[in-house]
Amino acid sequence: MTMQDRYPLAYKTYPYARSADQDQPQPAHHPVIVVGGGPIGMALALDLALKGTKVLVLDDHEGIGMGSRAICFAKRPLEILDRLGCGEPVAQKGVVWNVGKVFHGEKQVYEFNLLPESGHKFPAFINLQQPYFEKFILDHVNALQAQGLPLEIRGKNRVDAVVQDADKATLTVMTPDGPYALTADWIIACDGASSPVRDMLGLGFEGEVFKDSFLIADVRMKADFPTERWFWFDPPSKAGASQLLHKQPDDVWRIDFQIGWDADRNSEMKEENIRKRVTDMIGADVPFDLVWSSIYTFQCRRMTKFHDGRVIFAGDAAHQVSPFGARGANSGLQDTENLAWKLQLILEGKATPELLDTYDDERIHGARENILNSTRATDFITPKSEISKIFRDAVLDLSETNDFARPFVNSGRLSVPCIYDGSRLNSADGLPHGPARSRPGAPCPDAPLGDGFLLDRLGAVSDAAFQILAIDADVPDSFAAQGIDCKLLRLSARGNDALRERYLGAAPGAVYLIRPDQHVAARWSAWDAAAATAALGRAIGKEL
Amino acid sequence: MGTLNTTRNVPNADDVYAMLIDAHEGLSKDESDAFNARLILTLINHIGDADVIAQALKVAKG
Repeated sequence: MTMQDRYPLAYKTYPYARSADQDQPQPAHHPVIVVGGGPIGMALALDLALKGTKVLVLDDHEGIGMGSRAICFAKRPLEILDRLGCGEPVAQKGVVWNVGKVFHGEKQVYEFNLLPESGHKFPAFINLQQPYFEKFILDHVNALQAQGLPLEIRGKNRVDAVVQDADKATLTVMTPDGPYALTADWIIACDGASSPVRDMLGLGFEGEVFKDSFLIADVRMKADFPTERWFWFDPPSKAGASQLLHKQPDDVWRIDFQIGWDADRNSEMKEENIRKRVTDMIGADVPFDLVWSSIYTFQCRRMTKFHDGRVIFAGDAAHQVSPFGARGANSGLQDTENLAWKLQLILEGKATPELLDTYDDERIHGARENILNSTRATDFITPKSEISKIFRDAVLDLSETNDFARPFVNSGRLSVPCIYDGSRLNSADGLPHGPARSRPGAPCPDAPLGDGFLLDRLGAVSDAAFQILAIDADVPDSFAAQGIDCKLLRLSARGNDALRERYLGAAPGAVYLIRPDQHVAARWSAWDAAAATAALGRAIGKEL
Repeated sequence: MGTLNTTRNVPNADDVYAMLIDAHEGLSKDESDAFNARLILTLINHIGDADVIAQALKVAKG
């Protein structure tokens, strides 16, 4: 049986190998099966396996796909990977950037700075080719597998059917040796924007399709452009209606050309035509190699619910955005941190499956935010009507000489971590005059701590434990409630202005209840065991 | 004589811009032009000060 690859591989890391499950008379049972071995599926599988859950990843390919695809990785996903043990190599290989400039023709009309603040382990953004990003995760997985991590990856295992009943889900899996069946308590579909699993269950994926297309060219060249994101409306080169230039490691530059909805795909993808656009942009005297190219169109859409019975969706399978703002992979990784601890508590019997409803609540909140921002950026870049274009051009014209118009210029609002305001898992803010950035629902802001960083000490790796963070406040030596042991971390903000500013504000001390994903569940000005017990119960879904 | 505010004055620029574009949704070009005229006259009434309006006209002329 031959199975054709849908895309070429950058790294063939898990070649097909026949599994003993294929020779069982009855389908073998697994607690968790992840469908899709991309960055979202692999990060989620790693998070769960580190917590002790046996995870099987099924991928219809045998390794990591070619092509840069995603390049901009934000601070929060780096922190998520760091909790899993592989954030540092990713950040070290990446190109750090902070400044974005937007031009109209030759004139600069807008500039943003992601305002690097000291006292964080990770920068606001790095650029890194997606295959590298995936390889760092996979290398870490492989190293841990050698030490017994309960995570198995099966290459060329394509899921062709999914059915579920009250006790289990059953999958039909195609391999080069033919089909076999598996059963699972939970299936997590991380199988991308065109999710076959979503289609098998007949679930909708509604939203907006934008009538435009972009040509991406990743080129290798020696160039002295600064390490900044440069975006042109009506670029002087006329090589596209808009164009983007962004640096990646290894002297590779990402160039995007807006080429219109009616562009002839086959003709545009011819190497000589791509080279001509690039030459028009960078000048005939700059030698370059074409590393990778692709044409993309884009959509903003999402599922109405992110889980259906025993099948849970994460990443592009659940929500898709246009690329302006780097909100695709970055939001997918936030799905994984949100889901891993909730599913772990359900598997351990410490929470009921209703807790998954809050995965929907919180991550749909994130998806809506991302879709709103990327839709608006796309509407600005690709105006959908004549009048919309007239206003867009008016903003750009005014911005050349009038600063007041510049905030309206929108070439993408970059991904910031999602704050779960209004989540049913949050408790009322018991430190109402405390810093807004660490309010219930927010991911904990990093801060320097001794020779390291606060986030090195927060969140759960090997279990789904909650944490009590006490800053200049008295707390008991141990705390357990609702069947959950809480780890205690006592700190002082004396001599640590960043910690004070980010967690106390004007308060003399504070106690925080922190979720396994480093999000704040509750906070108070002083320890209160009854309040902590109630907040912990709420945070694991006892009040749903 | 009043002075036109030419500093950034819209804290949620993306929301306001989206509101403006959405208001034109489904209108023909002629209808949009007429809508814009009504909108400008409404905002002129809000401003009230002819000096300020004269300065705004100058900015728009470029």
